[in-house]
Amino acid sequence: MVYYLAGILLILIGMYAVLVKKNIIKIVIGLSIVNSGINLLLIAIGYVKDSTAPIFSSDNFKASQMVDPVPQALVLTAIVIGLGVTAVALALVIRLYDHHKTLNINKIRKLKW
Amino acid sequence: MRKVTAVILLGLVGYYLFSYFLEIPFGENRSSVGDYYLENTVEQTGSVNTVTSIIVSYRGFDTLGEVTVLFLAATGLGAILFDKKGKKRRRQHASLIVRVSAHLIYPLIILLGAYVFIHGHLTPGGGFQGGAIIATGVLLMFMSYRSFEVSHKFLTYLESLAGITFVVVGFAGLIWGSSFLENILPLGIPNQLFSAGVIPIIYIAVGLKVGAELTGLLDNLLKTIK
Repeated sequence: MVYYLAGILLILIGMYAVLVKKNIIKIVIGLSIVNSGINLLLIAIGYVKDSTAPIFSSDNFKASQMVDPVPQALVLTAIVIGLGVTAVALALVIRLYDHHKTLNINKIRKLKW
Repeated sequence: MRKVTAVILLGLVGYYLFSYFLEIPFGENRSSVGDYYLENTVEQTGSVNTVTSIIVSYRGFDTLGEVTVLFLAATGLGAILFDKKGKKRRRQHASLIVRVSAHLIYPLIILLGAYVFIHGHLTPGGGFQGGAIIATGVLLMFMSYRSFEVSHKFLTYLESLAGITFVVVGFAGLIWGSSFLENILPLGIPNQLFSAGVIPIIYIAVGLKVGAELTGLLDNLLKTIK
């Protein structure tokens, strides 16, 4: 249960950074933290008490003692997509900085809330 | 004022999210599809790592899409950061200690990455992880030797070759088997390096592709430093 709480807290911290911070790099970091929180939440859903990783590396491991492999496979996909999102976001930040010579979103017109 | 609004909004979001998650029992039962994969993976795919068998075999087509998304991200980043003048990176080396130790560690990191993706069907790890490890090794060299260059031609060929390998293996399953990405090679004895049919081939291709893509991505990002 504490893992659910930690995942949700990470999502909230990331969203707070996205909502409040002025520096665009910090906003991208916030998006990345949200991504990590969601991954932790998904992994926590697949957890089964007193069980090991789903790898049959010796005959002693039985299928009944293993955690759910499906969320892990999904999270592996999500990490890769998150990496792509972060990379493209950073590229856009670099271009924005070249154009406006600032990272503060308040100084970039038409980008306020 | 903005901070207070944000905290109140996020408090509401967090409260409802957590009250929903309280309904999901923690650490008790698996999904039925997870049970199916765990019970049948060794007989059906020959891979002892269930996560690998799901990613490469049961959901191999999905992984092809995922590799395509990563390729698109790398291409998009290159397109956004494209500069006609072709800037060179600033030539300033790191300190002597960093340079010497980076030179020593660099081949070992590449070796570790190759180990991780070659043993993807036996140990925790696989193509994506191994490729990321290789890219960190190259990043270390980029950071310590600012003049360190990778040939973009070589990266492009490696990436294309790996991508073509993946698709060719998929079509081989369609020709000699009955479906795209079907495991047509003999499964072998589980827990050995040469087992699990086409899974190691696909994962080696994915590892090389991810490593080449991430290296090109890092190179593109570092080129923008003025």
